[in-house]
Amino acid sequence: MGATAPAAMAAADPSNSGARRSPPSYIQVLRLVRYQLRDYLMSRRFILMIGIVAILGAILTAVVGYYRPAGLLGTSANFYNQLWAGGVTIVIIFAGVIFGGDAIAGEFQNKTGYFLMGLPIRRATVYTGKYIAAFVSAFVALTAFAAILVANGAFYFGSGAFTVAFGESFLLAVVYLLALLGATFLFSSLFKTSTYAVLVVAVMFIFGFSILQTVVALIVKIEPWFIISYASPIIGYPFDPTIPAHYVQEMLGGPGGPVVQTWNPTYIEGILIMLGYFVFTAVGGLLLFEREEFS
Amino acid sequence: MSPPSIETRGLTKSFGNFTAVDTLNLRVEGAKCVGFLGPNGAGKTTALKLLTDMIFPTRGECFLNGVSVQLNRKRALEAAGVLIESPEIYPSLTPFQALQMVADLRNVPVAEQKGRIMTSLEEVKMADWAHKKVGRFSKGMKQRVNIAAALVHDPEILLLDEPATGLDPRGMAEVRDIVRGLKKRNRLIFMSSHILPEVTDVCDEVALINQGKLLFYDTLDNVTAKFSRGQTSVDVSLTTAITDAEVGVKVEALPSVLRVERLDGRRLRLYMSGGPLEQAAALKGLIDAGLAVVAFQEAKSALEEVYLSQISRGD
Repeated sequence: MGATAPAAMAAADPSNSGARRSPPSYIQVLRLVRYQLRDYLMSRRFILMIGIVAILGAILTAVVGYYRPAGLLGTSANFYNQLWAGGVTIVIIFAGVIFGGDAIAGEFQNKTGYFLMGLPIRRATVYTGKYIAAFVSAFVALTAFAAILVANGAFYFGSGAFTVAFGESFLLAVVYLLALLGATFLFSSLFKTSTYAVLVVAVMFIFGFSILQTVVALIVKIEPWFIISYASPIIGYPFDPTIPAHYVQEMLGGPGGPVVQTWNPTYIEGILIMLGYFVFTAVGGLLLFEREEFS
Repeated sequence: MSPPSIETRGLTKSFGNFTAVDTLNLRVEGAKCVGFLGPNGAGKTTALKLLTDMIFPTRGECFLNGVSVQLNRKRALEAAGVLIESPEIYPSLTPFQALQMVADLRNVPVAEQKGRIMTSLEEVKMADWAHKKVGRFSKGMKQRVNIAAALVHDPEILLLDEPATGLDPRGMAEVRDIVRGLKKRNRLIFMSSHILPEVTDVCDEVALINQGKLLFYDTLDNVTAKFSRGQTSVDVSLTTAITDAEVGVKVEALPSVLRVERLDGRRLRLYMSGGPLEQAAALKGLIDAGLAVVAFQEAKSALEEVYLSQISRGD
C-alpha cells in the first residue's frame, strides 16, 4: 500500500539539499576521541585504573625499599625485568578490561549508542574513535606505572635507570596493549550486555589464555603461536642478556621420564602475534559492530 | 532548494517469523508535522530505527531528502535531527558538552556553536543546567537534553520517537510549542506518539500503522471526515440524577441523537450525527427540556474515534 499526502510535491533532489555537510570521517574520529577521552578521564573508571596502578606501584616501592633484595637491585636490567616486565602485563590487562570491556557493549546496554547513531557518522568512525580513546586512556595508566618504576630505578641506580632496554620494553608493552585492546573490543562487540563483555574479557585474559596456552603446549604439543598470552614474555626480553631458546625439550626427572616440550616466542614472532591479534580482532570487532542492530 | 522529504519504499523488517514492518511505502514531503500513530508493537519505533539506520531492513529502502539511508547513512542523516528511544548521554558530560559534541560531529562552525547550544537548551528550558553533569539528571531532564541535541544544528527533518516520553505536563506542552515553532521555520517533523490530543494539536497529517502495515496516511481533516462518517460522541453531566423515562423523552427524542449510553446516575454519553451545529442544537434542546446541564463536551476526539475504529478493525 503506497501513500503520498495530497499536498506532496515534486521529488526531492538530494544534491539540492540545504543540509550542512558533516566533516570527513577522519575529522569525526578525532572529534569523537576528544569527547570519549573526556568521558573516560572524568569517569570513576579512570580513577579506579589510576588507583590500581598507584597501589601496585606503592606495594612494589614499599617491598623493594624494605627488603632491598640483592639480586633485584644488582643491575637495572634485573630490576626492570622482574618488576616492570612482571607487572606491566597485569596493568595492561586491567586497563584493557576497564577501558575496553564495555566500550561497545555499553553503547547498547546503556543506550548511549542511540545518542551517537542518530548522528551523521559511520559506525567505523564510532568504533575507531572509541578504540583510540580507550587506547590513550590505557596508555596514560601504562605510562603512570612506568613512571613509578623509573622513579624507583632512579633512586637505586641514578642515571643508570634510564636505559634503552627499558624504552624497547615499553614499546613492546604498547604493542601488547594495542593487541589486547583489539581483543577486548572484539569481545565487547560480541555482547550487548556490558557485564558479560567485561567478565569474558577479564576471565580470558587473566586465566583463559594462559590455561589454553598450557593445554596447547603440554597436551596438544604444538607451539601456541595463536594465543596472545604466548607473545607477552617478549616484553621482558630487552632485559635478558640471553634470549630464551625458541624450542626446548627436556625429560622430567632425568632420562626415561616424560618428555616436556616448551616454546618461547622469538622477538619477531612475538611482535607478529601481537600485531596479528590487533589487526584481526580489531577488524573482527568492527565487522561485528557494523552488523549489530540497535533493536 | 527542494522541500525536505522522507520516503520508504517496500520497507520490511522481520525478526525471525515476526514481521514488525511490512512493505511500508510512504512519502512525506514539505514543511509540516506528521503524526505517526499506532498501538504498542505496531512497528512505529522499528520504522523510525530503519529510517535512521539503527537497524537494517529485511527488504526495501528508505530515503531522507532523497538520499538512501541504507547506502549512505552519513549523508542521509546530515539533514535530520533524531530522537529515538530516549537515549542516554555519557554521564560525565554536561548538556553543553554533549551538545557541543553533536555540533562538532555535525560541523556546526565553532563561532556559532555556543549560541546554538544555548538557544537549544533555552528552548527546552535546560539552560540553567547547561554545565551540570547529565548523570545526575532525571529521565525528563535527559529527554529535554535529547530534544535539544536533535535541534542544535537546526535540521530540515526531525524524526522523533514519542518525544514527550518522561516529560511532565509542562514539558509536553513545551514539546508542542517547539514543534509548532519548527513548522513555522519550514521544517518537516515526523513524530510517533501515543498521545492523540498532542497529535491533533500539532500535526497536519497522520499516518496510522498497525501490525507493521500502513493503514492510512492523509491530512488530519481528510482522515476524520473520511472515517468518522459524521458521527461524534458527547458526554453530558447534570446536576441531579436523571431517570430512564426522562432520558427517553428529553434526550433520545432530540433530532441528532442516535443513541444514549448511561455512564452513571447523572452522566450520559450521546452518540450523535452531524457536527458542531448539531451539538449546539442538542445542548439547547437539553436546557430547554429543563435539564440542568453542567458539562457538555466531546467524549473522544475525532482522531481518537478514527484511531480506535481502525485499530479494532485491524485486530
